[in-house]
This record gives sequence, C-alpha cells and structure tokens, in this order.
Amino acid sequence: MKQLLSSRELILSAAIVVMLGLIATRFPGFVAPGNLADVFNDTSPLIILAIGQMIVILTKCIDLSVAANLALTGMVCAMINVAAPGVPVAVIVFVAIALGALLGAFNGILVWKLDIPPIVVTLGTMTIYRGIIFLISDGKWVNSHEMSDAFKAFPRAEALGLPMLSWLAILMVVIFFVLMTRTTLGRAFYAVGGNPHAAVYTGINVGKSQFWAFVFSGALAGLTGYLWVSRYAVAYVDIALGFELDVVAACVIGGIAISGGIGSVGGAVLGALFLGVIKNALPVINVSPFWQMAISGSAIIIAIAVNTRAGRTKGRIILKKAEHAS
Amino acid sequence: MSVMKKILSSVAVAATMMASTAQAEDMRIALVVKALGIGFFEAAAKGAEEAAAELGDVEIIYTGPTDTTAEGQIEVINSLIAQGVDAIAISANDPDALVPALKKAMQRGITVISWDSGVAPEGRQMHLNPSSNALIGNMIIKLAADHLPDGGQVAVLSASATATNQNIWIDEMNKVMGDYPGIEVVTTVYGDDLADKSYREAQGLMQSYPDLDAIIAPTSVGIVAAAQAVADAGKVGQINVTGLGLPSEMAGAIDSGASKSFAIWNPIDLGYSAAMIAHALATEAATAEPGAAIPMGRMGSVTLDDTNSGAMADPFVYDSSNIEQFKSIF
Repeated sequence: MKQLLSSRELILSAAIVVMLGLIATRFPGFVAPGNLADVFNDTSPLIILAIGQMIVILTKCIDLSVAANLALTGMVCAMINVAAPGVPVAVIVFVAIALGALLGAFNGILVWKLDIPPIVVTLGTMTIYRGIIFLISDGKWVNSHEMSDAFKAFPRAEALGLPMLSWLAILMVVIFFVLMTRTTLGRAFYAVGGNPHAAVYTGINVGKSQFWAFVFSGALAGLTGYLWVSRYAVAYVDIALGFELDVVAACVIGGIAISGGIGSVGGAVLGALFLGVIKNALPVINVSPFWQMAISGSAIIIAIAVNTRAGRTKGRIILKKAEHAS
Repeated sequence: MSVMKKILSSVAVAATMMASTAQAEDMRIALVVKALGIGFFEAAAKGAEEAAAELGDVEIIYTGPTDTTAEGQIEVINSLIAQGVDAIAISANDPDALVPALKKAMQRGITVISWDSGVAPEGRQMHLNPSSNALIGNMIIKLAADHLPDGGQVAVLSASATATNQNIWIDEMNKVMGDYPGIEVVTTVYGDDLADKSYREAQGLMQSYPDLDAIIAPTSVGIVAAAQAVADAGKVGQINVTGLGLPSEMAGAIDSGASKSFAIWNPIDLGYSAAMIAHALATEAATAEPGAAIPMGRMGSVTLDDTNSGAMADPFVYDSSNIEQFKSIF
C-alpha cells in the first residue's frame, strides 16, 4: 500500500517537472526560483483547501461548500476588520478558523445525525452560505481602503524569503501529515472510507469520523477565507465562485479515490501544485483564452488516466509478490 | 416586511406630496430611482437639485421604492400621476413592466424620460445613457495615454472572452488607436471577472511584458485585482492600472498609487442632465425626436438617435484629487 501511494506521488511529481520543462521552452523565466516561489504562494490557498477536502473524500464524503464557506468567513473577517480596525490579526485568524469549523460542523451534523448524502448536504449549504453573505453584506463590497493595513499585510509578510501565506500552507501540510499518519483519528479516516463495516467492528464510529472530517475541512476553508480576502484586498458575495471544483480536481489529480479510503496529504499537495502550475503558466505562454479551458481540462483527465493506470499495474505486482512469497 | 415597506413608501410619497403643495407654482420634476438609500442615486439627486437651483422655478421630487422592484416603482408612478407632477425622470427596474404606468402618465400630459437604466421606447419620450460605447472605448485608451506622453506598451485585462460589453468597448478602443501614436496594445487577457484569475493574469502580463507601462481593465473586478497585483509586485509607478471602476472600490488603489486615474459615469452629472432634459421637454423648449439636440446646461447637449436615446458625455475621470469626495458615494 505504501509503495503504491509513494509511486503515485512520484509519477505526479515527474509530471509536474515535465510540465515545468515544457513551459520553460516557451517562457524560460517561469522556472526561475523566485517565480516558482510565487507560483507556490499563489497555490497555497488551493493546497490548504485540498488537504481538508482530501480528509472528507477519504471518508467517502465530499464537501462542495468549501468555497462558499471561504467566502462567508472571509466576508465576516472583513466586516469585523471594518467595524473594529483595532482587533489584532491573530484574533481574526482565530475567528476565521472557528467560524469555518462551525460551518463545517453544520455539514458534519447533517451527514452524521440525519444521514443525508454529503453531496446533497453540501450543495445545500453551499447556496445557504452564499446567501448569508448577501444578507450580512447587503450585496456590498468591502474594499481595500476600508481594511486596516495590518489586516492586509499579514499574508504578505515575509519570513525567510517566503510570504506568510506560503508558510501557513507548509505548516498545514506538516500538521495534517502528522495527523493523518501518526494519530488514531487519522487512521480512522482511512478505515471509515476503506471499509466502513470493518471500521464499525473495530469500534470506530463512522458518522463521527465523517463529522470530524467536515470540521477539519471547514476550519481550513475558514482559515483560507481570511487569507483570500486579505490577499486580494476585497470581499464580496462571489469571491472564489466555483473554486470548490478546483479543490476536488486537485484531490482527484492527487490520487485520492472518490470512493474513499485511498489518498495522502502528499498527493493532495501535488495535485494542487499541478493545477497551480497550469493556472499560472497559461497566462504567460500566450495561448488563446478559448484554448485555456480545454487545456486545463485535458491536463486533469490525462493526469487522472495516468494515475489510475499506475494504480492498476501496481496492484498486479503486489499479487505476484504475494505468490512468490507463499 | 413588505407591509412595512409599503407603509414606508407611502409615508415617503405622502411627505413629498405635502412638501409639493407648499410651492404649487413651481414646475415639479420627479426623479424616480431604482430604490431609495443607494449612494449612486443619492448623488444623482444632488445633481438634480443643482439643476433645479440653476433653473430657479423647479422643484425636484426625489423618490423611489424601498427595494429594487418594478411593482414598487409602479406604485410610485401612480402616486406621482395623482399628484400631477410636470415631469418624471426614471431609472427603471424593468424596461417593459413600467410601460403601461408611464404611458398613462404621458396621456395625462406628464413629460416622461428615462435615464441610467432605460425603459422600452413606447414608455418614454427619450432615454439618457450615461455614456456611449464609442466614448467609453476612447476614454479607456485616453486614460492610459494621458500618463504616457512618450508612448509605451499597454495591455488590456478584460472580463470573460465572451463578455459583450467589454468586447464592444475594446473594439471601439481599437478603432481610435490611430489617435494615440506611440501607444501599443500588446495583448488582451481575460480575468473572467474573478478576483483570483484577474490577479494571476495581471501577474502574467508583468512577466510576459517586462516593459509594460499600463494595464487597462474595463471591468470593476479586473481593475481592482490588477491594481492589487501591481502593488504586490512592487511595480507602483512603473505600471499604471486604469480602466472602468467604482470610486469606493478603487480608493485603495488610488491611495497606493497603483492607479493614477480611472473612469466611470458621474452620478451627479447624470442627475443634473436628467433634470435639465426633463425641464426642457416639459417647457417645450425642446422636443424629443430622432436627430434632435436637447440642451443640458453645463453638460452641453444630447443628440438623440433613432430610438430617441442619447449619450450624456465621456465617462467621468476619477483621480487623487476627487476620490475622497466620491468614495463614500458609490
């Protein structure tokens, strides 16, 4: 199993390197270290969201409300900042994570206690959360001149050559890598998605694990909400509209099985980076906007096709090994 | 809730009725807006008051429903007909739904014009557009060229590749490029009116064209995102972001210097012109017919086309000198 996962990640890493090579032939400046750091920074929100989505998908669920959660939390953060410019950024980050977790918990409760299919729950809450933004903001924008300087400066503040936005993404990768591989809860997510019945027999509460998956996804979406709003220095109803699909795509590219139970933090990160490289490269390699969408779509399908093929051949090899061993 | 709104709007109408009986001899022009309490329309009302002060014998009745519905506007129109106002200048919530009510008003001898957001031709005598596609196309390139006396490279950051308005404006801009020698439009990219995609496209422009001097974004989402991208890249002063945006949304970009100036219609001028036109038509100083030129006081005059609609003026330019005044308006 471990071998299979690492090889998926290897293939994906190779694909990203090949892609960077191809882009470099058209626009050499793209692979300059400074620019790659920019690309990573730009992809950080997607990485953070993809980690949360991965956990949810592992438990056989899906969270389509992440972008709406992000937008709502972002709007609340922006409005708090406008109403009380003195509130320190640390408090706002805390509020963002807490509110995001709360919105995620709402999804989780519906899935856990009422047993509604997650796709239906999150489709519903997606619209509800967008609607709430409209209600609290009256449809108005919160603009950059209304936000305090400290509020806008945080994701841009540089430490050791990278902005805080990138560092936060790295921090989340580390935290969730440890959580998924070294804790009981992390292993429970795999068990619940891999074989729910077996999980029950081992004493794991399937619904509760799914609930926690939604809470994590929500908390990460909330954190991204603040980062997004302060990075683009604007908050309105439609921010990150449709971004949930990018997040799901990043997970699928990263080898996380929609049927649950298979996936890793590394895969989600690589999937997000794969999309991030495409998104950042398309504007500079001078292709018509009409082709851009087709290119991103094809890249996703090719990545997934390669991934599943790789998975299949690996399966056979394991069987052969088992034969030899016996 | 809707009962409350009805009470509120009838109170508003009653108040205007009481106010109007005081000076019955003045010409009464009703400025009907999409909804009360919107900064843009409050500013238009200010402009109309300015016109009234200039004309002397005019009283402006600023009114509208409490939410942006056609039904609310029909109620307002009916009560204005009952009051016997001399003219109605309306920014419509629906081009067709208001036609019967406005026809009734015209049958009673009330002058009816629409402004900002138009009514179907049979429901009004003329329509005043804030600007025209040709004027906007010229303005967006002029904004960039004004800060590039020695010429330079500019790029366009539009909404989506299929956005009708933006494509027309960019076409109109390309038609007048001959008037701006030395200015080269290097490319057009599309941010799809998404903040993150527009930001990324602006970053891409800065990488692909290291000598870029200006980014023109004829879309309010794009211009804000591009200004933020330029500021984050530390290229303030090197690249000027301009185009069409709203003062409240662009105030930060003007402060940071990422944008030297941008344009959008001026609601004060629009309200002023609407009041002037309504006065001219109601006093029969001018008639609304295709080809006619109707005077608008300090705004010059508007020439009507085949559908009896005309364009007021160039979009109004906002920069550091007037942004403070307008950023709280709209």
